[in-house]
Amino acid sequence: LLIAVFHYYANCQQIMTRTPLASRSFSHGKVETDEEFDARWVTYFSKPDIDAWELKKGMNTLIGYDLVPEAKILDSALRACRRLDDLASAIRILEAVKDKSGPHKDIYPYLIQELGPTLAELGISTPEQLGIDKL
Amino acid sequence: MLAARALRLVGRRAISTSVCVRGGHGVAKVDDYALPIRYVQDLSSEQKSLKEKEKGSWATLSNEEKIALYRISFNQSFAEMNQGSAQWKSVVAGMFFFFGLTGLVVLWQRKFVYGPVPHTFEKEWKEKELQRMLDMRVNPVEGFSSQWDYENKQWKK
Repeated sequence: LLIAVFHYYANCQQIMTRTPLASRSFSHGKVETDEEFDARWVTYFSKPDIDAWELKKGMNTLIGYDLVPEAKILDSALRACRRLDDLASAIRILEAVKDKSGPHKDIYPYLIQELGPTLAELGISTPEQLGIDKL
Repeated sequence: MLAARALRLVGRRAISTSVCVRGGHGVAKVDDYALPIRYVQDLSSEQKSLKEKEKGSWATLSNEEKIALYRISFNQSFAEMNQGSAQWKSVVAGMFFFFGLTGLVVLWQRKFVYGPVPHTFEKEWKEKELQRMLDMRVNPVEGFSSQWDYENKQWKK
């Protein structure tokens, strides 16, 4: 019975993320849309005086989610790295995102393509260009 | 709070294997984090000057310098972190070894520990047993006796 309830709940959650305002919710709260989620994270990394801890915390939390972040969130994070003079973290973020994509090999090239202008502007090399994607 | 104080007393050595999570909920492994604590804590003068250069435009850095900066912050790249090992071969080898060892133990037991099997396993007894089963028509529809040809007193082909 517990499993059935859980499946029902999981299904409800899935359906609800596609509609802006949930009319039914087991947790009785509003469910965040994908756009709101993205916007929230872009704002987080856009903080002008973001510090190193916040960048680390933000990235670790974001990577902990069951998703690959959108290009605009990564763009914001890379710019935060630039403000913090932290190239290593910028490269690490790209590595993490590739790792996060798992078996979906087409996500990473797409993101690199989307982030191309930013990478060029900030002078960030991809892990592939540096050769650290191989052993 | 206390954990932070303790870490400061311990000195700014690289904590490369585990990090104490505030609140004592357990140990978080560095590998689990995309951005762990910086790997190298004490920078050489060369690394310090590289760090200064990092404050300028990154496009002016050579690939070697970028990799050096990366290595200051991170012990292993994702590729190095995620690589498998050959340990599975040792595991399988150990497995087979213990299967073999167990087999030897079983054989020894059969020879030296177990007494004789019951007399009901003797050939003569078994023949009589089989005849008895056929006589009482065990599973005559689709099972045992259905395979016996009672006319010709042999197994059906």
